[in-house]
Amino acid sequence: MKPAPFRYERPETVDETVGLLAEHGDDAKVLAGGQSLVPLLNMRMARPAVLIDINHVFNLDNITDDGGGSRVGALVRQSAAHGVSPLVDCCLPYVGHFATRNRGTVGGSIAHADASAELPLALLVAGGSVVAASTRGRREIPADEFFVTHFTTRLEPDELVVEIRWPDTGPGVAFEELAQRRGDYALCMAAAFVRDGELRVGIGSVVDRPTLLEIDPERPGASAAEQVEPYGGLHASADYLRHLVEVLVDRAIAAAGRNAA
Amino acid sequence: MAAVKLTSVNVATHQEMWVGRAIPRFEDEALLRGEGRFMDDLAPVPHAGHAAILRSQLAHARVTRLDASRALEHPDVLGVLTGAEVVAMSRPFPVGVEGVRPYYSAAAEVARYAGEPLAVVVARDRYVAEDALELVEVDYEPLEPVLEPQHGEVVSDRTFSYGDPDGAFSQAALIVRERFTFPRWTCAPLECYGVVADWSHAGGSLTAWANFQGPFTLHSVAAGALGLPGAKLRLITPPDSGGSFGIKATVYVYVVLLGLASRKLGLPVRWTEDRLEHLAGSATATARETEVEAAFAPDGELLGLRYDIVDDVGAYLRAPEPATTYRMHGSLGGAYRVRNVVSRNRVVLTNRCPSGLNRGFGGPQLYLPLERTMAIAAKRLGLDPAELARRNLVGADEFPYRTPSGGLYDSGDYEAALDEALELSRYAERREEQQRARAEDRLFGIGLAVVVEPSISNMGYITLAQTAEERAQSLPKSGNAEGATILITPLGGITVRVGTTPQGQGHATVCAQVVADALGVRPADVEVLTSLDTSTSAWTVASGNYSSRFSGVGAGAVHLAAQKLAAKLRTIAAQELGVEPHEVELRESKAWAGEEAISLRRLAGLAHWNPDALPPGIEAGLMETAFYSAPNLGPPDEEDRVASSAAHGFIADVAVVEVDRETGAVTVLDYTTVHDAGRLLNPLLVDGQVRGGFAHGIGPALFERIEHDEDGNLLTGSFMDYLCPTAPDLPPLRIGHLETPSPFTALGAKGLGEGNTMSVPAAIANAVADALGIDHVELPLTPPRVWDLLQ
Repeated sequence: MKPAPFRYERPETVDETVGLLAEHGDDAKVLAGGQSLVPLLNMRMARPAVLIDINHVFNLDNITDDGGGSRVGALVRQSAAHGVSPLVDCCLPYVGHFATRNRGTVGGSIAHADASAELPLALLVAGGSVVAASTRGRREIPADEFFVTHFTTRLEPDELVVEIRWPDTGPGVAFEELAQRRGDYALCMAAAFVRDGELRVGIGSVVDRPTLLEIDPERPGASAAEQVEPYGGLHASADYLRHLVEVLVDRAIAAAGRNAA
Repeated sequence: MAAVKLTSVNVATHQEMWVGRAIPRFEDEALLRGEGRFMDDLAPVPHAGHAAILRSQLAHARVTRLDASRALEHPDVLGVLTGAEVVAMSRPFPVGVEGVRPYYSAAAEVARYAGEPLAVVVARDRYVAEDALELVEVDYEPLEPVLEPQHGEVVSDRTFSYGDPDGAFSQAALIVRERFTFPRWTCAPLECYGVVADWSHAGGSLTAWANFQGPFTLHSVAAGALGLPGAKLRLITPPDSGGSFGIKATVYVYVVLLGLASRKLGLPVRWTEDRLEHLAGSATATARETEVEAAFAPDGELLGLRYDIVDDVGAYLRAPEPATTYRMHGSLGGAYRVRNVVSRNRVVLTNRCPSGLNRGFGGPQLYLPLERTMAIAAKRLGLDPAELARRNLVGADEFPYRTPSGGLYDSGDYEAALDEALELSRYAERREEQQRARAEDRLFGIGLAVVVEPSISNMGYITLAQTAEERAQSLPKSGNAEGATILITPLGGITVRVGTTPQGQGHATVCAQVVADALGVRPADVEVLTSLDTSTSAWTVASGNYSSRFSGVGAGAVHLAAQKLAAKLRTIAAQELGVEPHEVELRESKAWAGEEAISLRRLAGLAHWNPDALPPGIEAGLMETAFYSAPNLGPPDEEDRVASSAAHGFIADVAVVEVDRETGAVTVLDYTTVHDAGRLLNPLLVDGQVRGGFAHGIGPALFERIEHDEDGNLLTGSFMDYLCPTAPDLPPLRIGHLETPSPFTALGAKGLGEGNTMSVPAAIANAVADALGIDHVELPLTPPRVWDLLQ
């Protein structure tokens, strides 16, 4: 479990970083908290030629108020993200463990786009967005466009996530998850947002990306379950996971309603 | 023998003595300061090359070509050892069953499990070694893997019958028949294997540092494979361990493999196993299929038991296997008075990682079937499971109790321990709560397990794999002995050296307590060395850290050595004080005769500096070695009866669970365990062992199972998919103790490190079956599996 050889870069500014990305593109990987990337390197499942360590980049770890919502710099550690959004607060206890949250970053989790990660689902249901920078400038990508499939986003090879935008959701949100152990990747998770008759529900882990679902208010969980084709796997069958979608969506909507009241 | 009830670990039963007190571990400060010395910290020889091991990608395949030439071109690669060279340079590992397929430390022609070593690459550092692994070209011709035990090659098949089982079954009012699978699981210590091997061509010998845990029978096995006389294999263990729980017994295979690499390349070689290698290629617990039939009288008396056991030991029968199959042989009836027992024991090979030691070692595999069967019988008989247990437990007045298969239960009061567990768990109230929960359509269950925990294994039990006639042709094997040495330096400093290779349990603390009592000093005055060196330590073939033997024979050897030294000190002091030796009392670091005293330091100085002044017949110096051997552990008799262990603790557990009907998730609301492990040498350490054994038992009960796909590829190859419970996953635990001293150990102590690993899977299975109202449950009881049971 030692990584294959790579070149190590340690830029100190965003400009320097995007310059390196422009130079190396797909051959480079950005190292933030390293809680996913370092194991992948050690298992040689990721073999970048260049590793760009952004932990020393200035001004990437700010949290700024954004009219009730928050703008969260890409290097903000998960453990420092309490309070940036009610949905973040709901989901953080499910994100890894104390130790991993002290290193892992909000931006890194979103850029990594693991289908089983909590923060991407939270961002999607919150209606947030991702700000990406490159030598060509900056652009904002809405979360419902950002996540493409497993470990794949709309980011171009030369782009760096610099900020995550969490809009004001109000308190009517909830996050439900079933994992086999505390801190594990979930078997299934569901998040709900309720405000002024508006309902937004998403699920994760069971399909290739965090996914918003159309909800029939008469039979919310069942209508959600009908829209997913889970992958069965080592730990659980597709039937079980579809059933969990129904249970967790019902629970999330009920909890979001309680929190809104 | 009266049971002494303890209410809390802080209450010492022997206030005037150090043994029995809950003193904190002396080991902890060094560990907390980062001063622990683990295998990977050791650099005992300079300029060692770093090894990485090429492992088979396939579960069963002919290796048609293995070409390391590209790896050897790498400038920082020092050399490669291939499986073919391993076979040419070594012999198959000896094992206790004749005629099985030969097993070497690496495969040459056919790989038989995914993860089997095929070659060793040695380089300047581990990074390069792993780079070079990718340069070794291997061509495989896939062969059909055997993954199901029923299709595996049977390498041992013996049937044992005691009493009159047929008669018992013909009289039965109720016969319960069930099949059980105990999942393959593993120990998962924090620290994986590590070896530094240094071959001496001049001496024709190998010195190896390895985080080996014993039993040192396996030192002989390794020496046999290397073709070395015992003294030419010097094995040294590091002072600290990142845990073992059995699995590091199997490091011996890599002592041989790396030893051969060192021999071929002419340089010392070091290897530290990584987690992926560990999960794929170290060892696992034996997976067991059991068919049970149990015969009951109308009043619930257990009349007879029939077992049909199939133990899957993986790709090779590897020493000390098939020990898992026989470790519990003296305890086939568990804690029950049953006299008629038959057991057919088959051992089969499959294309999975070979099995090895794992906490509980045969106990979890026995008690899941036995305790589930008792729970099912209770339901069918209309009895509360606690009442059925009570009617069958061996009585307090029956000790020492000889079981039909030859086990000799030393002491106990099983019913008192059961009563304590029922009280501590508020069992009656919980049953009422269950009625209310059921009325609300909630799935609420209560499970019991009452188990006997054998400790201090008889070195001869494994020979039951042979028939009495076969056994008669070789030297009988029996007993379980341990050695210890105590030295008092010229300034009165006390150093103890033990052969118990502790793996984090706190042996040093307990040894210091034992010596403090014998020599009249404080435990803090006693240094304890835990590193074992086969060239300089006092050890025996039974030495090491397994079968929960420390408190019985390990501390026993220290006790005996300290007594010998105390006798010598009294004799010297008696002359100085002008009294008889028996009038001398050792306390407060002095030897006393009435009001007069002489310091230990002065006595030590006399023995070292002034031997002329010693009493007649007393040797100079102050160093004593003693060996303690547990009694009553004879070899198996002609009727295949064996006292498989020296001491037998008892555990009564009550698990209370609720199952989420919607998700299948099991929540353990409360878990109570009451132990009788004889005299408790240090109650603080005892509770540490209970909690650890509990966590280890929760693993296969609720989380852990090694899985392969249909081609034999490992699916649970990392901690992402192999689910060891972590601290927040462990339910609350209530611990109670009784103390019924063992008459068969030096200090009255029994082992207790494995009991909960034996009891917890059974108790949780019983509780979940009770909650769901069904008979058949399969471990681990993960949410998806429980949900399936609900459909």
